[in-house]
Amino acid sequence: MPFSTSSPPASAGSPRLLRPPGAPVIEIEGVTKLYRMGAETIHALRGVSLKIHRNEYLAIMGPSGSGKSTLMNMLGCLDTPTAGLYEFTGKNVAGMDDDELAAIRNQEIGFVFQTFNLLPRSTALHNVELPLIYAGVPRPARLERARAALGHVGLADRMAHRPNELSGGQRQRVAIARALVNRPSIILADEPTGNLDTRTGEEIMALFEELYGQGHTLIVVTHEEDIARHARRIVRLRDGLIEADA
Amino acid sequence: MRILLYELTEALRIALAQIRANKTRSALTALGVVIGIVSVTLMGTAILGIDAGVDRSLAGFGDDVLYVTKWPWREVDDWWTYRNRPRLKTDHARQINDWIAAHPEGPLRLAVPAATASAAVIRGELRLDNIHTLGTTPGLARISRADMAAGRFFNEVEARGGRNVIVIGFDVADALFPDASPVGRTVRIRTQRYTVIGVTARQGSFLGLFSWDSMVIMPLNAFRRNFWVGNNVQLRVQADGARMDEAREELRGLMRRLRRLPLEKRDDFEINEQKVIREQLDPIKRGVALAGLAITGLALFVGAIGIMNITYVSVKERTREIGTRKALGARRRTILLQFLIEAAGISLAGGLAGVLIAWVCALGAALLVPAFPPVFSFGLLAAGLAVSIAAGVVSGFAPAWSASKLDPVVALRYE
Repeated sequence: MPFSTSSPPASAGSPRLLRPPGAPVIEIEGVTKLYRMGAETIHALRGVSLKIHRNEYLAIMGPSGSGKSTLMNMLGCLDTPTAGLYEFTGKNVAGMDDDELAAIRNQEIGFVFQTFNLLPRSTALHNVELPLIYAGVPRPARLERARAALGHVGLADRMAHRPNELSGGQRQRVAIARALVNRPSIILADEPTGNLDTRTGEEIMALFEELYGQGHTLIVVTHEEDIARHARRIVRLRDGLIEADA
Repeated sequence: MRILLYELTEALRIALAQIRANKTRSALTALGVVIGIVSVTLMGTAILGIDAGVDRSLAGFGDDVLYVTKWPWREVDDWWTYRNRPRLKTDHARQINDWIAAHPEGPLRLAVPAATASAAVIRGELRLDNIHTLGTTPGLARISRADMAAGRFFNEVEARGGRNVIVIGFDVADALFPDASPVGRTVRIRTQRYTVIGVTARQGSFLGLFSWDSMVIMPLNAFRRNFWVGNNVQLRVQADGARMDEAREELRGLMRRLRRLPLEKRDDFEINEQKVIREQLDPIKRGVALAGLAITGLALFVGAIGIMNITYVSVKERTREIGTRKALGARRRTILLQFLIEAAGISLAGGLAGVLIAWVCALGAALLVPAFPPVFSFGLLAAGLAVSIAAGVVSGFAPAWSASKLDPVVALRYE
């Protein structure tokens, strides 16, 4: 797939590229997360520290209950830590309110979910447009960028289709186009191949590989070694702590 | 600001898609609002219709006319006080007109005596009973707004000479002369024959109010020959429409002087205005309004609960969608707006349907009861739609608020 108009360097000149190249996109330090379930307190994260730099390809692995999902929610700014430091491109996330977090998710993070999470009654094009609507991009620019993003993932001829008219692999591509469209700092994929057959899964991973080659920063959360092997760095979690980082 | 606009457009889009996708559910939900809006608009139409009907009927008699009578135009308790008042005389009209001639700058314009009786009007085989018969002077034509459909009103010469000429109302003409023009023909009342010289234009009657359509009018002197002019005399005094209160006081003083009433005595006559008739209809209007408001309130209440319920269902069903939208950067306001607009949309659709149904009902009623004018104002329409939107927003608020506060992590995991 040739890389078309919406390459990440298109965002050159945005403030986040003015930071020194060595500075991490994400920096967490001693992060803990407690959940209260009735009388019980669950320590989902017990002090995790992690730095993720621009154009890294990272896999987060771990068995269920390891704190993997909690860490992902935290990295995706869907949740805030109970204690510890979390900086996203230098901004302190830990103290943000709901709407500030929403703005960070909108501008900086592209989500790819296991279950695709497309709006069932909207066309592929509208699904991809959605983050731009929340970002306040005017309609002509919105359509142009959404079309380019869909073209980028090889779905230029499927823009008017609704999710139920697309195959699983195509749906995940729409979701990836949606994740890319607002030129985020990181792409956060939660079990992106979990609902796909092996061959389609490999296609999606090939697409990730390509995005990585184009300079994107990728974080893939998975429990499959085959998928994790695609990444350049693997972080393993167990019982709320980082067990290995290589 | 721009973001808000895009969010609104998106919310509207979703709301429409949602309503389209759940047609039956939305329609059933909107039913309460439909009933509420139908009842509120029909109520408004009825009240406006009563007003318009009264106005139309009263305008024919001239609304700048004061009526001097022995009895007041309202219900009285102390019957005897009024019973013992002296009769009004037709000559008072002449005396008032003398005063008017002497005071051209005064608020009064013209006085006309009118003696009334109820009589049968007969033409050959055809007979109309209980026709309101008026004996008066040509001045009546000037102070009333009634136009002539055919012929003319009687003139000064005919009035003075007491000629047996008669002007008949539209319905009277219609009943007695179904196939021919009545002008130039004769009718009989009691012992006298009268030549029809004019027919008044159709005025329409409303809620049994007096109307020219069912009256006959003849010169006072001709009337005297046939009827005893006793208790049923009134004076109709036209005044300057802009100085009604002053005119009323002037006329009262004048009547007291004519009657030579000492200062300590109370009026022994009554000055009426058509306003009184209008006020007599107020209880009817109030009744209609009360019933309408009660039905509307109940229906809207039920409708609002329905909308609230369906919005809660919608929020539950689309919890994952809410989570997805939040992950993509939707703020709390965005989600709140989305569900508020959806609730308001269902309610507004109900309101539109209600207004439409009410309109059809009003037109149907107008066809069945022609005397009842269908008044369907823009204000009513706007009020109906505003009420329906308000009902939607109020009832949608709680579920929309709960949706906006959903934790994205929990919402994304929701099955």
